[in-house]
Amino acid sequence: MRHALSLRVGPIGFRIGSEWSAPVAQLASLYAGYPAAEVAEATVRLAPPRPWRRMLRPTVALAGDHMLPDAAPLPLAHAVLAAEMAMNLQVALGHRRHLLLHASAVERDGRAIVMTGESGAGKSTLATLLGARGWRFMGDEFVLLDLATGWVHAFPRLVSLKNEAIAEVAAQVPGARFGPLLTGTPKGTIRHLVPDAAAVAAMDVPAMPALLLFPRYGAAAGVRGVGAGEAFVRLTQASTNYVALGEAGFDVLTRFARDVPRVAIDYPDTQAALAQVEALWRAL
Amino acid sequence: MAGAVMLARLLRTPALAETLAPHQWTGVLSAARAEQLLGALAYRLTGMDLPAAATTILNDARALALETRRGALWEAEVVRRALAPLDVPLLLLKGTAFAAAGLSAGQGRMIGDLDLLVPRDALEAVEAALLAAGWEWAKAERYDQLYYRRWMHELPPLIHRDRDRALDVHHTILPPTARITPDAAAIVAAAVPLGNGLSVPCAEDMIVHAALHLLADGDLSGGLRNLWDIDRLLHDHATPDFWRSLAARAVLHGATVPVARALRLAAALFGTAVPDARARRGDAWFVRRLLARDGWGRETRPMTRLAFYLRSHWIRMPAPLLARHLAVKTWVRVVPARS
Repeated sequence: MRHALSLRVGPIGFRIGSEWSAPVAQLASLYAGYPAAEVAEATVRLAPPRPWRRMLRPTVALAGDHMLPDAAPLPLAHAVLAAEMAMNLQVALGHRRHLLLHASAVERDGRAIVMTGESGAGKSTLATLLGARGWRFMGDEFVLLDLATGWVHAFPRLVSLKNEAIAEVAAQVPGARFGPLLTGTPKGTIRHLVPDAAAVAAMDVPAMPALLLFPRYGAAAGVRGVGAGEAFVRLTQASTNYVALGEAGFDVLTRFARDVPRVAIDYPDTQAALAQVEALWRAL
Repeated sequence: MAGAVMLARLLRTPALAETLAPHQWTGVLSAARAEQLLGALAYRLTGMDLPAAATTILNDARALALETRRGALWEAEVVRRALAPLDVPLLLLKGTAFAAAGLSAGQGRMIGDLDLLVPRDALEAVEAALLAAGWEWAKAERYDQLYYRRWMHELPPLIHRDRDRALDVHHTILPPTARITPDAAAIVAAAVPLGNGLSVPCAEDMIVHAALHLLADGDLSGGLRNLWDIDRLLHDHATPDFWRSLAARAVLHGATVPVARALRLAAALFGTAVPDARARRGDAWFVRRLLARDGWGRETRPMTRLAFYLRSHWIRMPAPLLARHLAVKTWVRVVPARS
């Protein structure tokens, strides 16, 4: 590939190759605080789907070690999004060293809150805002559970903020560093946020899971306990590699669902949610 | 040097691994993943002193291979249970056979579909029993079904509705339209029972099958892996007597040319100890095709690939039949189905 970048996020080394210089320059600037990977576990390739699409209406096809056949190409202007999607895909389809949960996580005093839910539940926004309020941001896309210890490993990638969350985070996190504003993507308007330096500096420090949260945005404030069985089923659905891990995945997930306190919260706005989280944390 | 070239060299001479630079590792691992040889490479390099990040990745690949093996053997057992009442010989083929028989070729191997060989006259009963036990057609279109049943060496592919695992039921090992027609009844007659109701082909037939799979049944996609199977099978079995019985078996199946070429290619790329392995005219083209993968995991050499793609159709079907098949496929795609 003409342009390349190596970087490590938590335990996963990436190599990103591109036929254009712009995506690599953008990514290099956004990921400037991250170390290079010694040996990359995952390769991402940003290349045109047809040769003439390099110059003429330039278009990025997602490619790499592991791909889904129906991933649609994106315009070059959305290359950062393409790279992020391809990186996620490599991890989701290829990583086996940890149980992967589609979740966000924050840490305080060595203990972590893991937040999971459907897209739009607010896990990215909550993790980001908690990260600006004294918590350590551990990641907003995947939480990595250590197969042996059950501890949470950080994977603090760029935060993918969507639609209204962009303005909300910009207003509440002074000095936040953002990537380009991407309008008209398949997921609406997207803007990537660079995790703060402390989150990146501590990305190799795992945390003990202390609270499993199922947030849901858009309803009157409410809190309810969640049974271990319900949590287990919801987590199997939130995991991309639970089946592939076999017995090891079953073991770590049953322990997680049984031993970690579990709460579902409904919230009308993020201020309410932040107050709920702090109250739950004090009551632990 | 990167990609498939370095991958082949590492499989041949594992000691080279201790001399690799970090960026070379990234390229080799990508190429190995793309050629579905990462697990095999991991086993080949077990216990060596490598960079920590490479060791971690290879350990993961071994763990994945073990899980894959467990799943593949379980799938074979489920099929055995479904077909036990029929009392017909059930031969495992390819990856599942290597794993079930405990062969080196099974170590770290990726195993996708389950491939099963049954006698042709048992095909109807086997099909009915599988459909009753929860398997469904992966390709339900009328022409695909007709095409497989009339022209192919296997039933249309099946998939289990609960476990989502694919099953190919073969009655022979090459399409009946191919220029080579192996003796399927002889494969069944010489099968080696595993003691659990399942069998595998004898070692000679496994190698003939692997050679035909590599050289007479496709465009050499995944060819490096198929060639590595052959190297490992020969590694387990090569004795002076074996070379003679292998040659006799190749004659029986009409496969002396592809078997001889497969052995020469294995010797050339992996250093397999084959007697009289001097390269012949044309071998260099096959080597070129087998190594057409770069350190980014990308396919390279498009013209060579195209040539082998055309060759694959040429050797699988006589030209008039191929023309007819392509015409029907085009017709089905262009003209909307009438209900």
